[in-house]
Amino acid sequence: MTGRYDRAITVFSPDGHLFQVEYAQEAVKQGTCAVAVRGADTIVLAVEKKAVAKLQEERTVRKIVQLDKHVVMAFAGLHADARVLISRARVECQSHQLTVEDPVTVEYITRYLSQIKQQYTQSNGRRPFGVSCLLAGFDNDSDIPRIYQTDPAGNYFEWKANAIGRSAKTVHEFLEKNYSDDIVAERKGVIKLAIKALFEVVQSGAKNMDVAVIRKGTNLEMLSQDEISSYIKIIEKEREEEAQRKKGGGR
Amino acid sequence: MDFCIGIRGNDFVLLCEDMNAAQSIMLHKQDHEKMLDLNDHLLMTRTGNLGDGVQCAEFLQKNIQLYQIRNGYEMRSSAAAHYIRKYLADTLRSREPLEVNLLLGAYDVISNTPQLYYMDYLGSMATAPFCAHGYGAMFATSILDMYYHPGISVDEAIGILNKCIKELKKRLIINFSKFNVKVVDKDGIHKLPTISVEDGIHTH
Repeated sequence: MTGRYDRAITVFSPDGHLFQVEYAQEAVKQGTCAVAVRGADTIVLAVEKKAVAKLQEERTVRKIVQLDKHVVMAFAGLHADARVLISRARVECQSHQLTVEDPVTVEYITRYLSQIKQQYTQSNGRRPFGVSCLLAGFDNDSDIPRIYQTDPAGNYFEWKANAIGRSAKTVHEFLEKNYSDDIVAERKGVIKLAIKALFEVVQSGAKNMDVAVIRKGTNLEMLSQDEISSYIKIIEKEREEEAQRKKGGGR
Repeated sequence: MDFCIGIRGNDFVLLCEDMNAAQSIMLHKQDHEKMLDLNDHLLMTRTGNLGDGVQCAEFLQKNIQLYQIRNGYEMRSSAAAHYIRKYLADTLRSREPLEVNLLLGAYDVISNTPQLYYMDYLGSMATAPFCAHGYGAMFATSILDMYYHPGISVDEAIGILNKCIKELKKRLIINFSKFNVKVVDKDGIHKLPTISVEDGIHTH
């Protein structure tokens, strides 16, 4: 009975803003940072892991999830909202394959999630999802790596590299300055750039990072803490050398 | 009109099915594969209505895949078998009952045991060391009673299979030309050479 009289929560303001959507985007900015970088044949997702409470089991906090065998997602924002989207996306991946016998393309599943998000900005009594997603993977019939980003408004864009969550702007500027096709030609280069970008925000190091490497035809690979630490050592060394060089130049 | 047979060894399950695709008196195809991999260690074959069989098998396959994506590990053989059985039982008293009889060959990698499940369209389920569906089952089961022993090897199982097929050629009115053979073990699902009746059946 009351359903018919529910007012929409997301309504236009006099100057054309959807404030609830913008507030949802603020919620995303409160979430832990996630970075995605695309190379010639490799995609790397690096996410910030918040330090777990002393009594908490670390393995139950997961921010990089598989939607299908060939599509991986990282998100920033409200974890519980993300769980709902992940569940719907996983079912859709199988449903799509059941209907047309082909695995989903990364763009298709991105569009599907975006459509759901948009519906929640235009429905009675519902609030938008407070989640931005970075979807990564390879389409079934192609070797081209793809990264897509969705936001609470239901927009989606394809990126070569991007970041979401807290301090995403800083990381994004870093990526704009440092991304080049040469650097990301090799697997190691992509991993290093992604970790370096996340390092701008996550100063505490490997114990607060999760890094996933996606390549065509292989299973999702999560880097171990030691591997991440070794990349960070290289990055810190390069920083010191850079600092020395600057000091030397200034004299 | 179809036929399928399963034989369980100590570390494998062998499934064999006929490759006829027929409706009433018309034989559409003689090289039709009905067996489906539900996941890396679950193999399912079926008899009955062709359309229902495809619907059932593909739907189950996708749901078992979904389980794997959701939980990060394969659905175990016992869980999958009970899930499939419930699916058949649910559809039985719905508007769209499925006319499919199933054989599920499974290898549980955690306890390292193979298992063969026999299911029918009414939703009954049983495990067995060997079983078969279809008219051919009447002949095959007798032969298996005679020659099966626990701890049988894959080669011995294929030998018994050949004996069954020879008997079907001799005494069953239905004419089968080819048989699809697959085996499930700890390393996954493997396709074995197709047994062709024209080439002659070799019995050990």
